[in-house]
Amino acid sequence: MSTQVPEQEGEAESSADAETDASVESPQEQRMAKKATDRAYRDAQKKAQEEIAAAEEAVRMKVFRYDPEVEGKQEPRFDEFHVPFEKGMTVLDALMYARDHYDPSLTFRHSCRQAVCGSDAMFVNGQQRLCCKTQMSDLEWPVRVEPLPHQDVVKDLVVDMQHFYDQMHSVEPYFQGENAPDGEEQKQTRENREKIKMSTRCIWCGACMSSCNIAAGDNEYLGPAAINKAYRFYMDEREDEAELEEHRLRILEQEHGVWRCQTQFSCTEVCPKDIPLTEHIQELKREAVKSNLKFW
Amino acid sequence: MYEHDVIVVGGGGAGLRAAIAAHEEGADVAIVTKLHPVRSHTGAAEGGINAALREGDDWELHAYDTMKGSDYLADAPAVETLAQDSPEEVINIEHWGMPFSREDDGTVSQRPFGGLSFPRTTYAGAETGHHLLHTMYEQVVKRGIEVYDEWFVQDVAVTDEDDPSERSCHGVVGIDVKTGDIQGFKANDGVILATGGPGQAFDHTTNAVANTGDGYAIAYRAGVPLEDMEFVQFHPTTLPSTGVLISEGVRGEGGILYNADGERFMFEHGYANNEGELASRDVVSRAELTEVNEGRGFEDEYVMLDMRHLGEERILDRLENILHLAEDFEGVDGLKEPMPVKPGQHYQMGGVETDENGHTCIDGLYAAGETACVSVHGANRLGGNALPELIVFGARAGVHAAGGDIEDAKIETGERGNIEYDDTEMPVQPGEAGIGAGGEASTATDGGAVTQDATAVVEREVEAQRERVEEMLSREDGVKHSQIRARLQKTMTQNVNVFREEEGVRQALRDIRDIREAYEDVYVEDPSRTFNTDLQHTIETRNLIDIAETIAMGALVRDEFRGAHWRKEHQERKDDEWLKHTLIAWHDGEPEVFFRPVILEGQNKTYEPKERSY
Repeated sequence: MSTQVPEQEGEAESSADAETDASVESPQEQRMAKKATDRAYRDAQKKAQEEIAAAEEAVRMKVFRYDPEVEGKQEPRFDEFHVPFEKGMTVLDALMYARDHYDPSLTFRHSCRQAVCGSDAMFVNGQQRLCCKTQMSDLEWPVRVEPLPHQDVVKDLVVDMQHFYDQMHSVEPYFQGENAPDGEEQKQTRENREKIKMSTRCIWCGACMSSCNIAAGDNEYLGPAAINKAYRFYMDEREDEAELEEHRLRILEQEHGVWRCQTQFSCTEVCPKDIPLTEHIQELKREAVKSNLKFW
Repeated sequence: MYEHDVIVVGGGGAGLRAAIAAHEEGADVAIVTKLHPVRSHTGAAEGGINAALREGDDWELHAYDTMKGSDYLADAPAVETLAQDSPEEVINIEHWGMPFSREDDGTVSQRPFGGLSFPRTTYAGAETGHHLLHTMYEQVVKRGIEVYDEWFVQDVAVTDEDDPSERSCHGVVGIDVKTGDIQGFKANDGVILATGGPGQAFDHTTNAVANTGDGYAIAYRAGVPLEDMEFVQFHPTTLPSTGVLISEGVRGEGGILYNADGERFMFEHGYANNEGELASRDVVSRAELTEVNEGRGFEDEYVMLDMRHLGEERILDRLENILHLAEDFEGVDGLKEPMPVKPGQHYQMGGVETDENGHTCIDGLYAAGETACVSVHGANRLGGNALPELIVFGARAGVHAAGGDIEDAKIETGERGNIEYDDTEMPVQPGEAGIGAGGEASTATDGGAVTQDATAVVEREVEAQRERVEEMLSREDGVKHSQIRARLQKTMTQNVNVFREEEGVRQALRDIRDIREAYEDVYVEDPSRTFNTDLQHTIETRNLIDIAETIAMGALVRDEFRGAHWRKEHQERKDDEWLKHTLIAWHDGEPEVFFRPVILEGQNKTYEPKERSY
């Protein structure tokens, strides 16, 4: 079954503005500027929400429930949980509280709770987010928690990730350079490492894929995470064989590869690791064009 | 039933490295892991990987620093193996594409870490573990190694000879988390346990929620002793609200700690006049808590870690991840404000007793990574020594399990050789209770007939585990595992923490006994077979109880002050009595404590215990 819940449509916030003046600032500066704006917004929100919290004591959550084998849960529904609010509480904290105190059958993936394992990406108030790094006080209440859209639901908030993993694997996501000197490291310039740095931060949470309209309509589309993974190796100067670069471009250029991307920025918007996914996809499109021009 | 030559349990750093090594030896390898490999907690490691790569440094210095840092409780053959193998291993992962931080000349960067006489910690920003984990998983994909992800291993299948040293391991039994299906995995050559640490025994930990020490408990109940469990590392810089780790890299780059009086207390209060903030982790953790206990902390809880003076450029280059963590989890901008920090459980120095080839005393059963105690960390692990341990001993276990050529081990294992038994009186009878409730001990101790056929051994264990789960799911009422786990974490944090007092440790043992009894009434509320995390967490909680008990027993028995193990009544290191490992073995449902001397003789020299001054 799919998780698209009709009432959610139109709720997603749109803010692709931050991406527009890339020519003026470096991505790093942009991110820092965006963080500063976010922080100011969050502080204001936090203050407001703390006032609400003091008045209401409990945060209300509406959580998606479904279990294919338990009678009464086979029909998808939302359960409401009231969780005592504490300063600093994340969506994950609230889910764990609800599970441990009210309903042990409430099921979701989570592990590191510090935004590196990538297992708790969910659809929170209409946007893909990592629950462990999303503050309850930053959200409008009641907080609505659903599984990632466009993926099959296994149970409650758990989705089947197999398709995502398959797409990741399909771009040959591993280093293939053959020029490593015996017994010592390969050299890599700081500039080149900086170039690939953001792309190496991907934690495979699947938020980008879930947010992508194209991926939703085209099951074979490689998707932003897999293309970003390919970028990470394509741009790594340690993989410097021309043949290998061609090989990687051929994978990316396939019918359901980079050209499917319509530059909607939704992946970039939801990425919890701030990876400029859309930029990376565009850069690979340019590489593909350059490479094709060579043969003319 | 599935069948492979080598079964690796756990898909983190050690498990992936072991799988690659075994695969390179020509074995048919499978990884069975309760998370998908990229979700493993190796990904949260921040600091770096120690390896003597440069002129002016060599493996002997690395070995010396590690022995000193261990407070002379590490075995020299293991430490020397670590120091000798890690440069090659680091170069290896660089060849696999690991995005290390780089110097101007393009070589891999190194930085200073606590307790090191040379800046030999290689790193990739402040997210070294993330890159290490992903790089190795990529290599697993490249090699087509089979991965059974979201399969939770409940137990190993071993034969049931009375003497654990005569037992053989033939596979594991796991639950497919997605469907609830319970299946055996037969291992023709060997099983490698690489399931990470048991941080969830404490309530303020840097460890993931998944870190429930399953491999420790599985090996322990199969008859392998747990070694040096009293040595729990508390990391001095964790965020107070969540336990999220702030890398030692911050102090390595020059970050400073100060108290509520604005004093740089590591120097001003004489905790480490030479090394200051870069003293060993146990020293800094105690210093911080002493400041708080003496009223010089912030909000009676934490101290401050300041990195602002390092400058934005250097922070963004080397510690950017720290900015994100401080912001996301504490609401602090590390470029403009200091970060609140306090000690938190971080790493278990002890673990499943193995030799330097990763082999336990049971034939065909191996352990590697944090799960294992080789032992290289002794009483205190140096920062930057966990990741080389994963790759060095993961690789060795993989090679050995696959039947590859590897030299004979110098470290003995099991209840053999030069050992002595302990006679400390315990406040309660440990062990036993709680076994009945879904915590069935391994087949090794079930008293059944000796079975020789490997397939039959695995099948029998599959049956036992199916019955166990059936029984747990059929209960209609009882105690929730989450309540039991919370009680366990609470008593461990109160009584077996950075500072330990005899009465507190005894109290912890009494509490754990009560917790065991409560566990007999544990109840899985979720009736579903599909993705039943309630069931999984209930089984994990049983594992945590066994592990917590060994930590508390070790802490009671060892009446001295060594490394991370601080005892109020015993404020000195007693080398005459205690240059020995604590081992706890499970015999028919009861733990038994014995000791084995530390090996201080290395290849070319003997490491003489000296005072650890920083």
